[in-house]
Amino acid sequence: MTEETKGRPPSGRFITTQFNSLLGWARKFSLFHYPFVTACCGMEYMAAACAHFDIDRFGAGWTRFSPRQSDMLLVVGTITHKEAPVLRTVYEQMTEPKWVVAFGTCTVSGGIYGNYAVVQGIDKIIPVDVYIPGCPPRPETVLDGLLKLQEKIQRQDQDWRWKKKRS
Amino acid sequence: MEEKTILELLREQFPAGLKETSALLGDEVAVIDKEALLQIAAFLKNGPGEFTMLLDLTCVDYPGDESRFEMVYHLFSLTRNRRLRIKARLSEGDLRIASLTSLWKNANWLEREVYDLFGVHFDGHPDLRRLLMYDGFEGHPLRKDYPLRREQPLIPLKE
Amino acid sequence: MPTRIQKQARQDTMLLNMGPSHPAMHGTIRVMLELDGERILNSEVEVGYLHRGFEKTCEYRTYFNLLPYTDRLNYVSPLICNVGYVMTVEKMLGIKVPERAQYIRVLMSELSRISDHLTCLAAMAMESGAFTVFLYNMKAREFLWDVIEQTTGARMTTSYIRIGGVRADLHSGFDTALKKAVEETRLVLKDIHGLLDKNKIFLNRTRDIGVMSQEDAISFGWTGPCLRSTGVSYDVRKAHPYLVYDRLNWEVPLGERGDNFDRYMVRMKEMEQSLRIIEQAAVRLPKSSRAFITEGLAPARAIKESRRQRVRRDIALSPNLEGSEGVRYPDILASDMGLVIPPKEETYTTIEGLIDHFKFFMSGHGLRPPKGEAYFAVEGGNGELGFYIVSD
Repeated sequence: MTEETKGRPPSGRFITTQFNSLLGWARKFSLFHYPFVTACCGMEYMAAACAHFDIDRFGAGWTRFSPRQSDMLLVVGTITHKEAPVLRTVYEQMTEPKWVVAFGTCTVSGGIYGNYAVVQGIDKIIPVDVYIPGCPPRPETVLDGLLKLQEKIQRQDQDWRWKKKRS
Repeated sequence: MEEKTILELLREQFPAGLKETSALLGDEVAVIDKEALLQIAAFLKNGPGEFTMLLDLTCVDYPGDESRFEMVYHLFSLTRNRRLRIKARLSEGDLRIASLTSLWKNANWLEREVYDLFGVHFDGHPDLRRLLMYDGFEGHPLRKDYPLRREQPLIPLKE
Repeated sequence: MPTRIQKQARQDTMLLNMGPSHPAMHGTIRVMLELDGERILNSEVEVGYLHRGFEKTCEYRTYFNLLPYTDRLNYVSPLICNVGYVMTVEKMLGIKVPERAQYIRVLMSELSRISDHLTCLAAMAMESGAFTVFLYNMKAREFLWDVIEQTTGARMTTSYIRIGGVRADLHSGFDTALKKAVEETRLVLKDIHGLLDKNKIFLNRTRDIGVMSQEDAISFGWTGPCLRSTGVSYDVRKAHPYLVYDRLNWEVPLGERGDNFDRYMVRMKEMEQSLRIIEQAAVRLPKSSRAFITEGLAPARAIKESRRQRVRRDIALSPNLEGSEGVRYPDILASDMGLVIPPKEETYTTIEGLIDHFKFFMSGHGLRPPKGEAYFAVEGGNGELGFYIVSD
């Protein structure tokens, strides 16, 4: 998405625009996520996914433990340099359309670990759509991040079969 | 009473290998000569000490000292409910010490970790290779002269 | 580079890589398995995917600054790791902690330990197929975390235990909240017992699987619930009692065979013992004679007033963690100068408080233990968690 098209509905005729919104609506309410869980944020991820703060009510309930069946990569917890190739492989195995959520400050920017072993932010490895800060983020923050991702999906120029997404 | 007995026993059995003993803050410590490590450890495990458990095995780097590295072993006796700390100094030129894998099984990975992070070589270790860092990593991170933030990324990073 | 297992594998078996990112969403570990159908013949484990460089990073921080790092060591029971580190430093400095703070530490540790075991068993059950148990445990954990959050300010990584005591006293609704949490946990434990104890499928998957003998366990240096499941009775809280564990009535549950089911049973029974400890500690807590401040001076006015004379009235520090007011400090923190942070009210309104604050935080001053080393161990959720600190 270039600077000009950000925020504006996708260009095209009326039917294609409506179809685009429909596709966006369908995609945002049926997010299958792949929880790439490594560390402490995993506990808050579990708390956000379970009964008290449910992510199932946003349609993102089912975790798909295979990258090929999921469309959201939820990177939870610290990523070290040893883990980085694995993350890259998992990201590349996912099929389009895909979104990445950086959960926790360690994925956003390395967190409190400014040392030899930790990648200072996963956007150095893969493109990220939503950043959720917090160490660990409260489940309400996670849900807020999820809603922001849903807004982004709704606004996005959905890639259709005959249009290759440019990025 | 008993702590003095074990340190005294050590002094009797290994007058040459044992350098000094102390019991500060309730921890019994014995500083030994690195050549005598295997014998002393075997004596402690099988003898009247009954130190059947090796709790931890680590290394401390004192930069600037002539014997820069100090290996620290924490032993624990379940039956007598006593802990003991053994220390042995190594100098940078001669960074080898005997491996304790024949006595305690967890020494395997603990020694691999010390090799990975400090560079100490263990004679007699069945499979000495890096444990925590990856194959391509150069250097030993926990040494004091390794800079804290020097990253060696495995895959090319963007931005 | 061929790994050990690739070199040793037989011809007709399958090599499977349970890679660092796998559905058991608890950390990252790489297990390479050699399989014959569903039986595992050989395995090799590779770790290091979550090596965050704690030791090296902590070398560059002050003794007080590295408290948040200790939370993240065993992140399922962070308060116990806090306690371990803080008690090691207190051992080196020879600080004595007030009794109420010791009881509070025990309470918080046990709450953390229960949430650790709940998470562990939830994961274990989920992997064996019992997804309901996972959801029930998470529900119980939420109640415990509610109590922890109201007392410490954070759900998980709290940095609540400070050198010399704790950060804040218990808040006014603590007893009710604790009672609710304990009740809910007991209900959940009863449900889990009913769901899993005699469940044929669970028994088939855990009985006599992963058996470890006592000699092997000791030789591998196991401690904690796994060692106790083999029958060896070693619990740091009983063997080398710290805080007030020796004044409370509780037992150490043991297993017999050292298989998976025994490890599950030991953890369930330990949770019940922890609930017992919590109830006793909540009753035996030394009463604090200081009442909660209902109305006090606003902080800005207090600072202004202190320029002319010493402020004698109560100062209402708000918003702030309830229980961290200066009047409660003698109950919860040791008062050694230079070793603990002075209360905020005194720092901002008196010169002694300001000097105290400087002496703690300025570089070159602050906590300086004497040259030496110390090792102290507490019973963490997993076993003996020892801290070895060398000071120069």
